[in-house]
Amino acid sequence: MKPIDEILPTAPVIHVSPSPHLVQTASSTRRMMVDVLIALVPVVAMSLFVFRGYALFQLAVCLGGCLLAELVFVKMRGRPSTLKDGSAIVTGIILAMSLPGTAPWYVGTIAAFVAIGIGKIIFGGMGMNLFNPAMVGRAFVMISFAGALAASGFEDVRSAVDAISQATPMNAYKINGVVTPLTHLFWGTTNGSLGETSALACLLGGLYLVIRRTASWEIPAGLIAAVLVLGGVADLAGPADGWTVLHHILGGSLLFGAFFIATDPVTSPLTPTGKFIFGAGTGMLIMVLRLFSGYPEGVMFAVLFMNALTPLINRWSIPTPFGGK
Amino acid sequence: MGLKLEDYTGSGTFAHGIHPPGHKNLSQDEPVRVMPTPDTVVLSLHQNIGGPCEPLVKPRQTVAWGEIIGKGTSFVSTTLHASVPGIVQRPVRMTLANGRHMDTLPIKTEGEIPSGRGLWDEIFGGNWPVTGLDAYEPARISLAINEGGLVGLGGAAFPTHVKIAPSDKKPIHTLIVNGCECEPYLTSDYRLMVEAPWPIITGALLAGRSVGAKRIVIGVEDNKAPAIAALKRAAEGTGIKVAVVKTKYPQGSEKHLIQAVIKRQVPLGGLPSDVGVAMSNVGTMAAVARAVIYKKPLTHRVISVTGGGIVNPSNVLAPIGVSFGALVDFCGGLTPDAARMIAGGPMMGFAFSNPGTPVTKGTSGLTVMTRDEVKAGEETACIRCGKCVDVCPMNLVPTKIAMASRHQDIALSRRYNIMACFECGSCAYTCPAHIPLVQLIRAGKARVAVADRS
Repeated sequence: MKPIDEILPTAPVIHVSPSPHLVQTASSTRRMMVDVLIALVPVVAMSLFVFRGYALFQLAVCLGGCLLAELVFVKMRGRPSTLKDGSAIVTGIILAMSLPGTAPWYVGTIAAFVAIGIGKIIFGGMGMNLFNPAMVGRAFVMISFAGALAASGFEDVRSAVDAISQATPMNAYKINGVVTPLTHLFWGTTNGSLGETSALACLLGGLYLVIRRTASWEIPAGLIAAVLVLGGVADLAGPADGWTVLHHILGGSLLFGAFFIATDPVTSPLTPTGKFIFGAGTGMLIMVLRLFSGYPEGVMFAVLFMNALTPLINRWSIPTPFGGK
Repeated sequence: MGLKLEDYTGSGTFAHGIHPPGHKNLSQDEPVRVMPTPDTVVLSLHQNIGGPCEPLVKPRQTVAWGEIIGKGTSFVSTTLHASVPGIVQRPVRMTLANGRHMDTLPIKTEGEIPSGRGLWDEIFGGNWPVTGLDAYEPARISLAINEGGLVGLGGAAFPTHVKIAPSDKKPIHTLIVNGCECEPYLTSDYRLMVEAPWPIITGALLAGRSVGAKRIVIGVEDNKAPAIAALKRAAEGTGIKVAVVKTKYPQGSEKHLIQAVIKRQVPLGGLPSDVGVAMSNVGTMAAVARAVIYKKPLTHRVISVTGGGIVNPSNVLAPIGVSFGALVDFCGGLTPDAARMIAGGPMMGFAFSNPGTPVTKGTSGLTVMTRDEVKAGEETACIRCGKCVDVCPMNLVPTKIAMASRHQDIALSRRYNIMACFECGSCAYTCPAHIPLVQLIRAGKARVAVADRS
């Protein structure tokens, strides 16, 4: 016999349930994931345009790795498959976009398994993880395969793809003091991790996320504001070597991080105030790492550090209720 | 957007809230139809917030229409009247739509009362004075309201004489009459404002006089233009103003309407009188006018019978105590795909399954939703997107409170101000993970209340 809901109604069947009885159906967790995928289109397209086969290869490795890891780990927990919710696809693409196209296959695969396994499933699956899964995976391979993600890992002078034969803008500046023109950073015709090179693509996708309210505007706003302030101070205090606050914003993975990584709802605070604090904290840490650490870039560590602070920020930013003091 | 109303500081809206589909078109253009007197009515001895009634009649006793059959047992309680003439039956215990088991007095109809247009004219027609009301002493107004058995007809059913009583301790400067009707589907207040604005105005003047209010404002959402026009016409020369507020749920919440009109926040756990405001629903005002001027009790009310599961959605003038089933039959019955009967609107109403359940004084509508409309989304994990925070009109963090309730963590739910929640349902409506936030919070509130008592 078919379940009652599938039989064509011939007589009323009255159910009871607690209020509210009206639920909006337009938004669901899945729909939010689809929004992120739509927002990633310009970023992925730009990476394919700039890095060609390298981008395709890394996408295939990371996507395949994440989906397989999700399938295997969820099965090991004896839970129903969660592939349909789309979160593994989002993690896979963001992970691929945060790696250099030149990284060998095992780097992407290991990053994917760590991202899903240790970044997410071990905490109890979607919604339970403390840290951004893609960043957990990336941090793991960055430390384990230092060569693949260090300056030399990005470059291959013999490559037929123009971008790959150059140093990344962040490394060129950190090591040799070479300043990449802003127009190159804006359009994205430079070397770097796959998704980070084009500021334009990140802005387009990011704006879509913010307008759809899938990502909260407070996080990128706080992040960029903090970078503007600290970068401005660094401009005034530091040497006039041509690397300005605008280079800080358009260069590296700052915009990709601001719109696609820091905005991961699971690992960021709940309230608008908390979100702004989270964004501003991430921005400040990025600048501290960029200006004072040995690394040319700091988005990944900054986001992971602020992820760890998120439960505390939630605690500090309990809003005053309507009518409360 | 301001209120365009001199002396009023509110912006016409409040922070957060949601815009659910209204579905008011189902019944908003249906003039109120008078239901023929049913064969029996079942009057719950507990119709209101506060104390129940004590029956004053015996089984097999004959009662007249409007005769007192129960009297209030405490100050926050009120009188109960026979809503039809007839013979009192043996008391029975019934489950009301809100799930409470209550002793009820059934009355078997015997005798005639006006029907059709005659009944409408008897209740809302006639002469509604707007001058010469000085003759009614404030104390007598509140007494007449208590004798009339009035409770708030907007849904909460708080005894009106308590709200409208003159008080020296908390002086009232503004009476706000609530005509927002922000619940989706419901149109009973709307029809009353359009078809009978005069008793509302007279009632508001009397209630304003009773509480000593210096000004009287009627708050109506801006999607009810004909009601606004009708009220403005009826209020001409009386000094009563109509405040057009933004259409947004839950605009009809007492605290949020006060915020929208005079920009004052009722303190947590406080009452409107803490900010010098008395508030009552438009239907209640019409009943006040009738109780004070004609000494007639509350025996009938306008009820919206609507939703996709009703064959002919209508607005019905029916006696208190009529069964929901009789209302459904009067409106053409249920459609084959009807799936949920709700006393009230879909956001805060109570679902029930027994068609014999009686209407109480606070029943503003019967919403019947269809199978497709109530299909529950599958619950998934909270991804902490914060959309519930963005819509909560009380500025709470619903997901945190709900999770604290789920894990029975009373201290955590208190830290997140669980008791400030009034269960409007905006969070659960919005949640993309379809988590039953309100249900969890409701359970948590009960647990906190128990902990407070011990």
